[in-house]
Amino acid sequence: MRSVSRGAGLALVRGRLFVLQALVLTLLAVLGVRLYQVQVVRGPEFVRAATETRTRQVVVPAVRGQILDARGRPLVRNRTTLVVSVDRERLAKMPDRGKAVLDRLAGVLGHPPREMRERIRACGPGVGKPCWPGSPYQPIPIAGDVSTRQALQILERQESFPGVTAEIQAVRQYPLKTAAAQVLGYLQPITQEELDRRKGLADAFSGVDLMGRDGLESVYDDELRGTPGLRRVAVDRMGKALGVERQVAPTAGHTLITSIDADVQMVVERALANAMKRSPKADGAAGVVLDARTGRVIALGSVPSYDPGIWTGGISAAEYDKLLSEKAGKPLVSRAIKGEFAPGSTFKVSSVAAMLRDGYPLHGKYDCPGSFMVGNRPFNNFRGIGLGTLTLHTALVKSCDTIFYRAGYEMWQRDGGIKPKRVVKEPMAHMARAFGFGSRTGIDLPGESAGRIPDRKWKAELWDQTREQSCKRAKTGYPDVAKTDPGRAEFLKRLAHENCLEGYQFRAGDAANFSIGQGDVLVTPLQLATAYAALVTDGKVRSPRVGWQLVRPDGTPVRTIDVPVRGKLPLNAKERAYIKNALSQVPSDGTAAGAFTGWPMDKVRIGGKTGTAEVWGKEDTAWFASFAPTQNPRFVVVAMVSQGGMGGSAAAPAVREIYEGIYGFTKDGKRAKAVLPAGRPATEPPRLGPDGTVD
Amino acid sequence: MSSMDRALSVRGDSLARRTVGASSALWRMDGVLLVAVVALCVIGTLLVWSSTRTWAPGSTGLVKKHMLNVLIGAGLLAGAAMVDYRWLRAYAPVIYLLSLAGLVLVITPVGSTINGSHSWILLGGGFAVQPSEFAKLGLVLLLAMLLAQPAEGTIRPRTLDVVLGLLATALAMGLVMLQPDLGTTMVLGVIAAGALLIGGVRKRWIGLLALLTLAGAAAVWFLELLEPYQVARFTAFLNPSTDPRGVGYNSTQSLLAIGSGQVFGKGLFEGGQTTGRFVPEQHTDFIFTVAGEEFGFLGSTAVVALLGVVLLRGIGIARRCEDRFGTLVAGMIVCWFGFQAFINVGMTIGMMPITGLPLPFVSYGGTATFANMAAVGVLQAIHAREQRL
Repeated sequence: MRSVSRGAGLALVRGRLFVLQALVLTLLAVLGVRLYQVQVVRGPEFVRAATETRTRQVVVPAVRGQILDARGRPLVRNRTTLVVSVDRERLAKMPDRGKAVLDRLAGVLGHPPREMRERIRACGPGVGKPCWPGSPYQPIPIAGDVSTRQALQILERQESFPGVTAEIQAVRQYPLKTAAAQVLGYLQPITQEELDRRKGLADAFSGVDLMGRDGLESVYDDELRGTPGLRRVAVDRMGKALGVERQVAPTAGHTLITSIDADVQMVVERALANAMKRSPKADGAAGVVLDARTGRVIALGSVPSYDPGIWTGGISAAEYDKLLSEKAGKPLVSRAIKGEFAPGSTFKVSSVAAMLRDGYPLHGKYDCPGSFMVGNRPFNNFRGIGLGTLTLHTALVKSCDTIFYRAGYEMWQRDGGIKPKRVVKEPMAHMARAFGFGSRTGIDLPGESAGRIPDRKWKAELWDQTREQSCKRAKTGYPDVAKTDPGRAEFLKRLAHENCLEGYQFRAGDAANFSIGQGDVLVTPLQLATAYAALVTDGKVRSPRVGWQLVRPDGTPVRTIDVPVRGKLPLNAKERAYIKNALSQVPSDGTAAGAFTGWPMDKVRIGGKTGTAEVWGKEDTAWFASFAPTQNPRFVVVAMVSQGGMGGSAAAPAVREIYEGIYGFTKDGKRAKAVLPAGRPATEPPRLGPDGTVD
Repeated sequence: MSSMDRALSVRGDSLARRTVGASSALWRMDGVLLVAVVALCVIGTLLVWSSTRTWAPGSTGLVKKHMLNVLIGAGLLAGAAMVDYRWLRAYAPVIYLLSLAGLVLVITPVGSTINGSHSWILLGGGFAVQPSEFAKLGLVLLLAMLLAQPAEGTIRPRTLDVVLGLLATALAMGLVMLQPDLGTTMVLGVIAAGALLIGGVRKRWIGLLALLTLAGAAAVWFLELLEPYQVARFTAFLNPSTDPRGVGYNSTQSLLAIGSGQVFGKGLFEGGQTTGRFVPEQHTDFIFTVAGEEFGFLGSTAVVALLGVVLLRGIGIARRCEDRFGTLVAGMIVCWFGFQAFINVGMTIGMMPITGLPLPFVSYGGTATFANMAAVGVLQAIHAREQRL
């Protein structure tokens, strides 16, 4: 009985154990299948994902290339600084959104906590400076030039400063301070949009990456930037680096050698500053020094200027507002290439050339009355003084206006006057374009203006754009102006009426004004300089260049930047020489004689042309466009003083100062040290040694 | 007749019938089982070394401690193998009560909290014990003792014994739940389930109990008796990608580590995820991820296969044992190891919820190693005495 029960019991238990065994085998098989799926089937996918979690890409920024002057002296160089950066992503994950960390950081750095918070907010609509224009996923530099002690305080107490780092970075330094600031440009962090737009850049940019925003820094950004290096670092789950898995060393950017001469640039800056002082109402000035034969830029000045060093390490709200403010004179804007001004009589070189091409004899005699009737309206010489019968030579030297009024008027009449022919010749406009006016010179600087050559076509286009507004004003008048000045309101209303009906018409007065560089004619100082350079040398209009040569940091040349020719004056050598000779007499006997009293003409003879352009409601724009020496000229120097007054008294003295510096003369014509050796510009770019210094 | 009396009476006649010398028991051990356990211990030591060596430069402190633990465990194994397991039957209630006392002691201020579980008693000198590990062994012995004797004239256990066993299980589970240690609680439940299965309790009763367990689990769930972190860990495995940095972090990282091992693994000490310590608790509960990453599919299936050998040898010992107490003990130990191994490996490969259970013989952890090795020793003791000459 007992044995039976025992046998049955054993059978029961063994049956149950069989169930257990089946269960165990099933579960083991399940594990095996799942392991096969995870490790064999999906293995490669996990390898990829694991590499992503296990490594960090660290971009090692390349050292940005320097910008040197024509003799190898730095215009922009690098210096190292300790920069404190904040990882906004990490702060955002903290319960208080990083407030405590920022407050502690503000304490260490000695800045107000509010400024800390402002500097790391993203720029966008409704967010004023300071703000962060770069990628939100990159560490944001919050303070530059911190002391070693401050950096150590942060680095040694990382538990108090999570997401805050301090590291050595290279920043730009501008030894010339405000000189040539607009030419050199500045750097700003790359924005997220720029990163998104330029595919492939995301890898090449780190959080501290900057892009050239203006000037040479912007135009030659690709060459100056170099190629950043890459370090793939293995990290543990706390982000602590365990070792370097892969490393690609950065390649330093190329050095840009420019044709700017730092000494001449300083001379220009000083001359412009003095010109501003001489003319109390002046609101800006520009100076251009070209190597007349090559078209390279030796100096390009614009005042007011600013110190580009303020961009380094983040710009404050006050500083930024000041850069853009009307009151400070918009120091960011280079008047030399972006400023458009009526050229006044400096434009007459183009008008004379137009007359020659239109059949006026080179050696003819021209009447210069005090006043010339254009239609029913008298156009006067300067101060209404008649100068008798003149050659074109004297007309330029004495700056007679009425000869050009007459020529312009006659050309206009031949084109059909108020009812133009189907095909108009417009010799003045054509010649102006041949001189390079009305189109960009193509200099290697961004944001250049084209100027304006107002011909019949331009008038018609303007009318198309403004007709509606003019016609409305012709009906409603100017009630707001009428409150203070009823006479002017009445005039404006009549003008609007006229513009509404016949604004498309290129009238006799427009043609006359055009001939002396007045009215709607606008040029940039650089355009004028290239035009004069073409006139006094080989007749070729060049697209000037600031950049001269790109070299590797070890001095090996990469490429020389050529100066392209963009046009040719339709004048033969004899005609060019005739005009040049006329201009050569202006500083000694003509409108600039006052400014050049005491200049040693026997040593260096200077030629040029003054310009005094009337601007409605403002002081005149003063110009002096010059070249030297008159025999086989090397330099073209143009100075422009906005609201400066007379060209002869406001602009010409600035040009004289520049020549005094270049050739080495004192105010009273004695020898002094010349900033350019032997008064000649460098003909070859400087050779740099392997350590980057000048041989 | 009380249970104790019955146990002693059985002891009387069995011991008289067949006595095996203590030292000869060592020679009669199941060699395959022993080799599998030793292999797992060796692999475990290597994995513990690999996962802890980057804690500090030249850090070998933990792996040395682990080796010491394994050696002590080996001693316990040998000791348990030499003991006549029927003697254990006599002392089962005492062992059970002692382990209960340990569990109670943990709840008192004597206990300490490590990793959120109040499961430890610190002994000083860097040593600590986890009484819940011994509770498993205590419960195995008690349940085997209760269910080994069928009711008069039947082949099934007496209802009273079953109820007593369930009460003892519930008591142990309740105490462990107070720590709280969800994983060990479930192991205890599985041990009891194994006892009912192997003990020959009627299927309908087992079905009813299973339903009751399900209802109880549902009640625990809906009455929100679990800590929020336990719920989160439990559910995160279903969809770790929803919160890869939060509760899903462990699942995500352990899958990454194992998956990136591919077929052949990256080699010992070469696992980047292991070196970077991306998987938390890598030397204890997640030790299998190291095997997966550094030894690949071949190595990880080898570990699973070795565990399979241990389990199947255990079932074999249970089947061959003529006395129901030995069968029950061996069967429950198999349930214990099997459940723990499956849950542990399963959680590292995203099949099972994350519960703090170590992988038997492989994970770092002194008390668990001692309890596991002692349990293997008991298996060997049963094996030694089932062989007839």
